[in-house]
Amino acid sequence: MLRLHDYVLSAECYAVRLMLALLGLAHERRAVDLYPGAATTPWGDVPVLEDGDDVVTDPGLILTYLARAHDPSGRWLPAESAAVVSRWLAFAATDLTALRDARRVAILAAPGDLDALNRKGYMALRALDDHLATRRLEGADWLAGDGPTVADIAVFPAVMLSHDSGIGLEDFPSLNLWQRRLRQLPGFVGMPGIPDYF
Amino acid sequence: MTAEPAALDQWYVLGAIGDFPQGQSSRRLLGTNLAVTRAGDRFTIESNGPPAAVRTDYGHLWTTLGTPARPVFDLPESRESDRRAVYCGAVTVRASGLRLIENFLDLAHFPYVHTDILGTEARPEVAKYEVEQRRDVDELWATKCEFFQPKAAAASEGGQISRYMYRVVSPFNVMLYKTPPAAPDRWDVIALFVQPVEPDLSIAHPYMLVIDDISTDAELIGFQQMIFLQDKIVLENQRPKLLPLQPGRETPTRADLSSVLYRRWLKEKQLRYGVEERTDLA
Repeated sequence: MLRLHDYVLSAECYAVRLMLALLGLAHERRAVDLYPGAATTPWGDVPVLEDGDDVVTDPGLILTYLARAHDPSGRWLPAESAAVVSRWLAFAATDLTALRDARRVAILAAPGDLDALNRKGYMALRALDDHLATRRLEGADWLAGDGPTVADIAVFPAVMLSHDSGIGLEDFPSLNLWQRRLRQLPGFVGMPGIPDYF
Repeated sequence: MTAEPAALDQWYVLGAIGDFPQGQSSRRLLGTNLAVTRAGDRFTIESNGPPAAVRTDYGHLWTTLGTPARPVFDLPESRESDRRAVYCGAVTVRASGLRLIENFLDLAHFPYVHTDILGTEARPEVAKYEVEQRRDVDELWATKCEFFQPKAAAASEGGQISRYMYRVVSPFNVMLYKTPPAAPDRWDVIALFVQPVEPDLSIAHPYMLVIDDISTDAELIGFQQMIFLQDKIVLENQRPKLLPLQPGRETPTRADLSSVLYRRWLKEKQLRYGVEERTDLA
């Protein structure tokens, strides 16, 4: 049985919940309170995925693990786009963390320079929007390959929650088209705080 | 905007006691910076003038920038030993604190904002309930509220008709009493203490005194935060951002009885902080 150590407000946990839903995988959730100062899991920060005796940490690694171990179709991690998928997984784990940190400052009063983080986050969204605009000129709808991959799932939460720190998606038309497509995927689930009025 | 006496003469929450480190920390209330000093379990709070009054009630730190007519409200359930006190964290919301309280009082949004949790679109009706202003204690009460809820609480197994009571003890502090899945003859208490930082910026401190020996703290907190985040996005998109008290700016329906009473009460108190400026008064 898959078991997710989960925190409801975490964008990274939401990425895993979304992947599990899109793959239609039954799982159990263990709530972890991550409010500053509160406990975490024996393995470190959430999300943490247990699969029988195996334990996987790190949001990007969990997504690729799920695609490898639990998606016989292989379409979420296609071999022919492996390099591009990896690039955007790395982007989610580096450039996009500014948005995660900005959100923690804005809603949970974590320490940090909100304006500086938002500037970085804005640049990250700009890079994503540019990439998607280029892809559309090539006739492609997703970050990598012909269909949605784990790369799309990895970046989606931070994009959709950017309004929490005060960044709207008005300046990013390609991101907006992409997020609407992603919401149409069978099995899609939202998260509290992700608007569904687009 | 400077706070007026009606806003100054109230008790305000600054956070859960456990969230204050020893030594100095800073908070902001009604547009004023506060220096909080903790030494053991003793607190001092200073702004520009003399030290502000301090209370540590219900696991939270309270202060005032004025001279309240009453002590911090009474919460008798806090003395019941079989209840679990759960702090649900502090969440910053870019909205007027009064909007937060009013949203908390609203039953009609459950099916649409908390779909399939606190309400379902198939059963959206708000049954008639009663409201009253208890002048002896200066509190507002809404009673005999009933609502069908698919997942009323963290420990719920299925849908139930939940009974609710609401109690507004001051303009920025409210609690609801709700039948718990485990003990239908008693009431869970879910409080929302709001710290107004600016007229359109607030920190919400949800707090629960519940009868639930099944759920873990993390599950209770997760449930409450999920509900709160669903509200946050709606609150931040309401316009006008400040609560309108001018007649005709917003049109209530019968389901909004508690909101009507709340707004009338705020007018009576001449509360202005977080209120939209009126243009109909000379």
